[in-house]
Amino acid sequence: MKRTHFRNKILPYLLIAPQLAITIVFFLWPAGEAVLQSFQQEDAFGLKTSWVGLANYSDLFSDPVYIQSLEVTVVFTIAVTAAALIVALLLALAVDRAVKSGPAYTTLLVWPYAVAPAVVGVLWWFLFNPTIGILPYLLSLVGYHWNHALNGTDAMILVVIASAWPQVSYNFLFFVAGLQSIPASMREAAAIDGAGPVKRFFTITLPLLSPTTFFLTVVNFVYAMFATFPVIHATTKGGPAGSTDILVFKVYNDGFIGLNLGSSAAQSVVLLVIVIALTVIQFRFVERRVQY
Amino acid sequence: MIRTTLVSAMALAASMSMAQAKTTITWWHAMGGELGQKLDQIVADYNKSQDQYEVVATYKGSYPETMTAAIAAFRAKKQPDIVQVFEVGTGTMMAAKGAIYPVYKLMKDTGTEFDPKSYLQAVVGYYTDTDGNMLSMPFNSSTPILYYNKDAFKKAGLDPDQPPKTWAEVVDDSKKIMSSGAAKCGFTTGWVSWVQTENFSAWHNQPIGTMENGFGGLDARLVFGKDEALVKHWANLAKWQKDGIFKYGGPVGGNDAPPMFYSGDCAMYMNSSASRAGVLINTKGKFEVGYGMLPYYKDVKGAPQNTIIGGATLWVLGGHDKAEYKGVADFLHYLSSAKVQADWSQFSGYLPITQAAYDLGKSQGFYEKNPGSDVGIKEITLNTPTANSKGLRFGNYVQVRDIIDDEFQKLLSGSETAQQALDNVDSRGNDLIAKFEQANK
Repeated sequence: MKRTHFRNKILPYLLIAPQLAITIVFFLWPAGEAVLQSFQQEDAFGLKTSWVGLANYSDLFSDPVYIQSLEVTVVFTIAVTAAALIVALLLALAVDRAVKSGPAYTTLLVWPYAVAPAVVGVLWWFLFNPTIGILPYLLSLVGYHWNHALNGTDAMILVVIASAWPQVSYNFLFFVAGLQSIPASMREAAAIDGAGPVKRFFTITLPLLSPTTFFLTVVNFVYAMFATFPVIHATTKGGPAGSTDILVFKVYNDGFIGLNLGSSAAQSVVLLVIVIALTVIQFRFVERRVQY
Repeated sequence: MIRTTLVSAMALAASMSMAQAKTTITWWHAMGGELGQKLDQIVADYNKSQDQYEVVATYKGSYPETMTAAIAAFRAKKQPDIVQVFEVGTGTMMAAKGAIYPVYKLMKDTGTEFDPKSYLQAVVGYYTDTDGNMLSMPFNSSTPILYYNKDAFKKAGLDPDQPPKTWAEVVDDSKKIMSSGAAKCGFTTGWVSWVQTENFSAWHNQPIGTMENGFGGLDARLVFGKDEALVKHWANLAKWQKDGIFKYGGPVGGNDAPPMFYSGDCAMYMNSSASRAGVLINTKGKFEVGYGMLPYYKDVKGAPQNTIIGGATLWVLGGHDKAEYKGVADFLHYLSSAKVQADWSQFSGYLPITQAAYDLGKSQGFYEKNPGSDVGIKEITLNTPTANSKGLRFGNYVQVRDIIDDEFQKLLSGSETAQQALDNVDSRGNDLIAKFEQANK
């Protein structure tokens, strides 16, 4: 690391002041309010406020609906991350082998990342709509009656596909870059030693890709937990019977629709703790291992 | 040349100062699309009709979004004068004593002509406190009715002018329609919470909650699970869904329900009377639509009673100056005039809120020319509302509606019985209501 020394003592502070101001106004202040509100119970208009201590938190963790939301979030996050990583890796491996047409495929595969999340949601909602969608129609031909309005598993599959789809593009780019940095000579040497393609993949490619994979896992976790709100909002709205009600969506629903501010604030604080934990993991382990 | 410039400059200055002298009244609403255009026209007509006040109407998105926006604005002390709030937000608004300016008080304070008796009791009852004072101004109210496909009825050998009156007839007709191949399913519904639960209870004269469905105070609680007729009805809905007689249209408003009726898949459809315009547009050239009252169970004593309303009212928010409130009162007075009301309700399918507006529509021959347009008003005025059929008033009710959807879905998926589902609605809903009570004590 190179250290820069400023002669003027005030200048560095002035230089970071705009960024600090943004952080304070848009992050520290609202986050502080949320922490404060999580210990209060307040009517929607803010006319009557009373301190309730940890009641909002204890209510949360004794509420089966919140526990269900936690479980749903874990399942959803792991499913989205796994789906997005595996599909992206397969596509990256395929493109890595296509010498001439590689760049063309790369461009095409990155497109979904440019689609706005709300549009992604609406798109998949139409494709899977039980009444007018084409996929339920095709599925009914093979005897499966798709209905994500009633069947929780169908709904979960829908939101996982819709959320993983744009993320595949992102992961794909990193995997392609990662694959290109693996020296061809190592794979060739293994091939000469008689290792088949499957063995070469598991003993050489995958271990050498592991920093990329680890980095992407963390990024995808954060994405699935926090950035998938528009997809859920545009497709299932957390239903049916709470089967796709992830934590972020519940915060919105309880706070902005239900106007239950105390509980919503407590839920955001829980989320905040999860983000902090994920960030620590990223800095502690990922930053150390990834070679830039 | 110079003179003309001078004169026109003076005229401009004069017109500007006149424009400034006009008091601006802000109104946040949730009417999009054609309804929004009609609303803008009403506002423009009002602005033209006088020169003291200028009403500025702003579309703020869906009902919950509009309500949330107004509340957030209130917290930031930037609230509009008038906000349109949907019926389930009533409990929240009513409890916010320091935030709202009750309409009856506004009218009295500003000396504006106002006769609460001229309003349809079934409509204003929902928005009146226990002392009989009207707290908000009804604007768009509707009630659920039955729509049916006359062509399918004919094809199945049924009388197309005889909609089913009871649930037993709904089932019989559905079976005939399905076995004759006239349609794939018997019926579907929008708003399971509003139509098949709350209105079901009112229509059968059964309590939804204690203390006159919450009108009596904040410590009232839900009693859906104790309503035997409702438990039986939910169990039937689950059974009918299995048999294919009933098809579920999804949570909240039931977005998938209208297409099932429009496409001819389901022969009957229950939804708001304000859906009539949409039904007519979407079935034009496909089949003829008939209208009926909501079905009831013959063996439940007191059924049919009367249905309850949905839709929204206009709440006046506190914290503005007197001059502005004078304008608000004047505008509300204009809005509830028979001419404006009759025009608005005939255009939109919402109920006329005053007897005068209803009478005006009758004398214009509107209801004769448009069959089915008065089914809703007949339903809400069928009998004098009882403590069970005045409406309902609970805090946090927007979320309670979500719980109703949630538990209904669990019932349909077979993971709960009707009794368990409705008991869960009560226990989960009452937790929220208790929280609301605590926060508003």
